[in-house]
Amino acid sequence: MKARLSTVTSTTIVYGVLLVAVVAGAILTAVNGRNFFSVGNIDNILTTTSILGFIAIGQTLVVLGGSLDLSVPFVVSLSSVVGGGIMAGQSGNIGLAVVVTLALAMVVGLANGLIVTFLRVHGFIATLGTGLVISGYLASNYKGSHGSAPLDFRLLDATRIGPVPMSTLIMLGCAGVAVLMLRRTRLGHHLYAVGGNAEVARLSGLRTSVPLIAAHVICSALAAVAGLLLLARLSVGNPTIGSQGGYDLMSIAAVVLGGTLLAGGKGNITGTLAGVAIFAVIDNVMGVMQVNPFLRDVVRGVVIVVAVAVYARRELDTRPPRFERPTGLDAALQEAR
Amino acid sequence: MSTTSITTTETPARPALPVHEGSLGSRIASGMATPGGAVFVLVGVLLVAIMVSNPNFTDPGALIRFAGRTAPIAIAAMGQYYVIVSGEFDLSMGAVIAAQVVLAGNFIGQDEGRIIPGLLLMLAVGALIGIVNGLVTTLLKVPSFIVTLGMMLALSGLVRYITGGAASGNPVDAFRDIGRGGIEDVPVVDIIPFPLIILAVVAVLSVWLMRRPFGRTLIAAGDNPQSMHYSGAPLWSYKTRAFVLSSLSATVAGILLVGYAGVHPSVGAGYEFTAITAVVLGGVVLGGGRGWVLSAAAGAFALELLFTLLTSLGVTSTWRDTVQGLIIIAAVALSARAWQVGRRPRRTTSSDPSPSTDNTATPSPNQPSTGATTGDN
Repeated sequence: MKARLSTVTSTTIVYGVLLVAVVAGAILTAVNGRNFFSVGNIDNILTTTSILGFIAIGQTLVVLGGSLDLSVPFVVSLSSVVGGGIMAGQSGNIGLAVVVTLALAMVVGLANGLIVTFLRVHGFIATLGTGLVISGYLASNYKGSHGSAPLDFRLLDATRIGPVPMSTLIMLGCAGVAVLMLRRTRLGHHLYAVGGNAEVARLSGLRTSVPLIAAHVICSALAAVAGLLLLARLSVGNPTIGSQGGYDLMSIAAVVLGGTLLAGGKGNITGTLAGVAIFAVIDNVMGVMQVNPFLRDVVRGVVIVVAVAVYARRELDTRPPRFERPTGLDAALQEAR
Repeated sequence: MSTTSITTTETPARPALPVHEGSLGSRIASGMATPGGAVFVLVGVLLVAIMVSNPNFTDPGALIRFAGRTAPIAIAAMGQYYVIVSGEFDLSMGAVIAAQVVLAGNFIGQDEGRIIPGLLLMLAVGALIGIVNGLVTTLLKVPSFIVTLGMMLALSGLVRYITGGAASGNPVDAFRDIGRGGIEDVPVVDIIPFPLIILAVVAVLSVWLMRRPFGRTLIAAGDNPQSMHYSGAPLWSYKTRAFVLSSLSATVAGILLVGYAGVHPSVGAGYEFTAITAVVLGGVVLGGGRGWVLSAAAGAFALELLFTLLTSLGVTSTWRDTVQGLIIIAAVALSARAWQVGRRPRRTTSSDPSPSTDNTATPSPNQPSTGATTGDN
């Protein structure tokens, strides 16, 4: 009963914070003489959401499994230049480019997963390492922007269905599939089990490596989708687009903001989506208020810490003592020994 | 009680435990076999490799200048060590360095009289940042990854807001000499850089600190926070002090970097990941509880030597990242196995026969009493 109550409140708090952000945003926007709920503004928010949304969905899976993925920004850049290079402005190449890019990203994810599970390297170091490897490759082989996206592909980002951008719909579709995967399939349940306690999962007869590898592969694939979307938006591939966005740390922040435990085993996709939306709303409001771009980082940093402090207290207090775990990464990191 | 039982309890006169196991040589050899010791071997190998590929490096003066340049990273790595060994992360290190550098540029300026107050102010700001990081992590129970990420965003945003993102005036040369000056006219090595002296002082203090109850408790807290909590140690206080030490180390690194790099908001960018890489390369286990503080400094030297070696071998600087990535994955994968070998077997002990009737007659002095041996759960 207590446990059920806590899971309900955890997601509720996330959406409560989102609601507060929206209301505060609407008021602040109105004070500046603009309408927060105008089609243009909503469209702006949804467009901002979609890129980080893809990455954060993948990151949620990885974090749920008790790992981390710091290589996402480089996968984003890699898929942006590789996709742009193969397309080279020809509509006929779109299919090939998408397939090759996704396959390449999945190989990176597979490498991450194998390093984490079989070499027993903690996800932080493993993905920091693969990220550096890719970043070295990008810096050596691509100077400046590379390739170009044909008009058909650029429509992917420009198309709107009603007020909703196509990219957001694809992102929500991916989120729906991920939610189904977590709630309905064996893989999803195993992922929670491995993230909660890998040793207990192993003793219960699970192959603990399979869900974690799958999570890493899906995460990299979704990062590649984000990279392709950025390619459609900018119409050229850019080898530094991912690291400029700081998607590694921002996606982890969005995941934790969504109520997922950084130690793994507890959390959900819907919370993450709310976390991404909170970021988007805050960014949008600060844009309307014309806050100095450097000060926006200050506000973001404070919001992340304060919001997580609110859930962290709540979740730790209501968890039954038997399942009490140390805070932070300790529990997940026990594995790394 | 019969006399026999009295004699049995008295006869196994507890042999005095030796202070050390094995001779000094064998202890050093077994220490080198751990990841924390192996990094010193790695430093030696890299040093020889560099000297072979680049004869200029055999000059003691060049070596000591190199050591002086590496000192800020080594100091930052030792600071990061305290946080990592207690089971946390400090991602705010680079932003702290940037903040301190800008603070030095703005507060001290061209006024030599403000050097001492400026240093005190920087140390105070560093300590304050550490206290905030530590208290939010321990008392508000926010994962340190998030706390220090938030601190990083906030500080770097603030620094770039204040400076407008551009380089600003350097502080007075007397202050910059702390980072780039040294004791001149030394016989063999020509110059002993101040950063190297500061590094030596920090290293000695760190070793002393880690041998004190504080250091022991910090390692224990990283190894098993639950048991430390049950044994009554104020975990929040120990971890907060670890964060303070980390921020103070970043401050010292910042003071040294002003000398080399001048005042720019991008000084110190990426230092947190470099420091974590160095610490991990030094065999310190991410997640806490294992590792030696000097190994963290040696890890920093190994990393810098590696970059120098790549440069002298003519590898393009853009591939440095790739090599660094491969090295840290390999190092951590190897040390994960090595620590595993060095540990006492866990599963086999629980399947051993639990204290049975014949064991109770002659209780071994170094075995826990009956009822406490329930395996490792």
